[in-house]
Parts: sequence; C-alpha cells; structure tokens
Amino acid sequence: MICIIDYDAGNLTSVKRALNYLDIESEITQDADKIINAERVIFPGVGHAKTAMEVLVNRGLDAALKRAFEKGAPVLGICLGSQVILSRSEEGDTECLGLIKGTCPKFKLSDPSLKIPHIGWNSVQIVQRHFLLKDLEPGDELYFVHSYYPRPQNSDNIFAMAEYEIEFPVAIGEKNLFATQFHPEKSGPIGLQILKNFSQWDGSPC
Amino acid sequence: MLRKRLISCLDVRDGKLAKSIKFVDTKDIGDPVTTAKKYYEEGLDELVFYDITASSDKRDIMIDVVSRVAQQVFIPFSVGGGLRTVEDCSKVLLAGAEKVNVNTAAVKNPQLITDASKAFGAQCVVLSMDIRKVPVTNEIPSGYEIVIDGGRTPMGIDAIEWVKKGEDLGAGEVVVNSIDADGTREGYEINLTRTIADAVSVPVIASGGGGKPEHLYDVLTEGKADAALVASILHYGEYTIKEVKEYLSGRGIKIRMCY
Repeated sequence: MICIIDYDAGNLTSVKRALNYLDIESEITQDADKIINAERVIFPGVGHAKTAMEVLVNRGLDAALKRAFEKGAPVLGICLGSQVILSRSEEGDTECLGLIKGTCPKFKLSDPSLKIPHIGWNSVQIVQRHFLLKDLEPGDELYFVHSYYPRPQNSDNIFAMAEYEIEFPVAIGEKNLFATQFHPEKSGPIGLQILKNFSQWDGSPC
Repeated sequence: MLRKRLISCLDVRDGKLAKSIKFVDTKDIGDPVTTAKKYYEEGLDELVFYDITASSDKRDIMIDVVSRVAQQVFIPFSVGGGLRTVEDCSKVLLAGAEKVNVNTAAVKNPQLITDASKAFGAQCVVLSMDIRKVPVTNEIPSGYEIVIDGGRTPMGIDAIEWVKKGEDLGAGEVVVNSIDADGTREGYEINLTRTIADAVSVPVIASGGGGKPEHLYDVLTEGKADAALVASILHYGEYTIKEVKEYLSGRGIKIRMCY
C-alpha cells in the first residue's frame, strides 16, 4: 500500500488515478500514523512552498514524513514534493524539511523569449543510475510545470538534469528518498513506468 | 531543451465531440473520451476540453467527461467553457483537469483570474481569448478586439491590452483563438500570435486555422507560439499526430516524439 500525503496541494488525485490505472494500491491520507507505518509514501504537490510547509506542520505531517524516511520506507516526492524536502526554498523564503541539504532557487534566465513558469515537455539526462529511472532512454521527455527548481548542495544527490538555458537538477535522491521535479503522472507511458518502478523499489539506489 | 507542444482541442456539446466553423455550424463528430484516449496513445502532448454548451445544468455531463478522461489519459489537460467562479474551476480540477481555461467570465470579471491564480497557482490558469481583426481605432490601437460569448459579443477591448492585464492578474498561459481563422484551415493568424507573444512573458498557445503541418511550423517559428492547437485536421483523420510531429521534427522543431 502506498500512502499519498494529503496536505491540500494540487495533483494528489492525478497521482492516485495513475496508480489506479497501474493497479497499484494507494490511499490519500493526512493520518500521521498511517504515513509513519506506510510501506511506501508519495509526497506530491503543486502549490506554494510556504503554504505547503504551514499545512504540513499544522497537521504534524512534516514529522511523519521524516519518520517514514528514517524507518526506510521508499519515499517519492513529486514537483513541490521535490522542493520542500530540501533545507530551504526561495519561494516565500521558506524553511523546509531538510531531508536533503540544499535550496530551491527561482529560474533567473537572461533570454527573454524563455517563459517562466517552465511549462511543457523537456528532455531529461540521467547523470547517476537509479532504479526508478532504469527504463528512461536518452532524450526521453517528461512533463514539467514550475518556476523554482531543487538544487542540492551535494552533487551526489543529483540523478538527472534538464536544460532550460541553464542545466538544472530534475531528479534528486538520498537513500530511500527519491524526488522528481517533473510529473511522472502526467508524462505519458514513460512517466507511468517511473511510478511502476517506484512501486517495486526496495529503497536502495540501483 | 523545452519542446514545442502539440495540443488538441475537443469541443464538447452535451457530452459529445463537436466541431464548428467560424464558431457556428456545429456538428457532432464522436465521443470525447474515446478520442482523448486515442490521441494520448498516439503521442499528443496536451488536451483541451471546451464545454461549448456550458450552461450550469450541462456542467455535470462535462464533469463526467473530465473524470472519465482523467482515468485513462496521462498527459496534462485543461477544461474551459462557462467557468464563472473559483468553485466552478475547483470542480473540474477535482474531476482530474490540470488547468482551467477562462474566457468570457474573465473579461466580465477579471478578478476571477486573480482568485483562481491565488487558489490553484498561476500555472493552473489559462487565459483563453477569442480575438477578431478590426479597423485600428483609438479604442483598439492594435486592430485586434476581444470578443466574448463564443464569438458573439465584441467588447471594444484591445486584445494586447487585455492579455497584458491578464498576465498581471495571474494567468500562467494564454490561448490566442483567432475567430477569423477558426475552422478555415488556411493557417493561423501569425501576426496576431506573434504580437501577443511579444507582449507577454507567459507561454502562448496558438489556436484557429491550423489546416496542415506547414501552418503549425509557421506559427511555432514566425508566430513565436510555444504550442499549437489543432482540431479539424486530427478529428477528421486528415493527418495523424505522428505525421504532424514528424513533419515538424523534420523541419528542425524540437517536439516530443513518443508513440
């Protein structure tokens, strides 16, 4: 059973629908005990970092997520879920969960023809092997919609990059935690495959 | 590198797929859910559902369509048509849409853009504009006028002024529907699309007039659009998604090749 953390962020139900389609059992929950004891946890989200952190703290879900991670359950963060696992976000100058050391800067691009938010399909380059990305071919595209991106302090935490004037991390991880800036639940067949891989992942990198 | 997007718009009337020419002469041409799934499997990048009957009593049919699409289509899709309040938007988002398209209601009540943007994020709010070419006047200095109510009511508002305002109010993307080009299959309104793209810094989706792959090439290059929206050429089976994408890719457009 996968617990999908409910903190009022967008896209919870699209993750749930993708898992249903794959016949993977899941539950959207804000019950801290369920999350702590979950076999696997998905931490999705579209929204604002500050609001997200406030809701997580108010519901005691920040501690539950940390506890689940420490207990070794495979955890998948998606979009905002790949940002608030870092130490800080520039969005609302927010102190975040700190599961991976680093920050979330906003895109600052010099080319005025490049739009922010970065919306659409972008190709992703794997820089370090990972079980969740094992089916990705060079040049495969995934769907993004965001203005901030995760920037871990230590490059060992970076598994994939994309280019949008700058090269920026799009998949990061630490032990049994993996997180993607792109939306696997909205990235067609290759995205669904990543979710399927997560459902079979034992929490080790390869 | 970010890809250009191929988007298809499915106009839905009473739960069925419909297609109009210049916003009138609407015909039923199939089932939106089956069509959506087929396009997803063929490698479409994004879908738009437009509820063209859009009265509140028909809304439930639309919610049902959205929900059935969301269960089997795993690319982004947006819903528009008759969304007047944040609650209306919330319903289609809960049913499985990623984004909402606001048009007439946003012109009548610009606060809707701000409220929806605050509630769901700017990335969620697409400002859709129906635009007609008119003589240049003091009121319409660009010669492009905003028209609402499905092409029926000219507003005396300049399209360029409106799109800038829409961006300031919190729209995360804009759709440029050229009423003059709609359904003609003679090409997008390049000048209009480029003028809008130069005026705002959010992504621009070109709509209306795409009749062959060359038209998409033109609007994605010369027209500076980030995405091109097509309807007729796919709905009537004149081109497949693969044919359109291979054409664009062959001419150097970076586009997602997935089938």
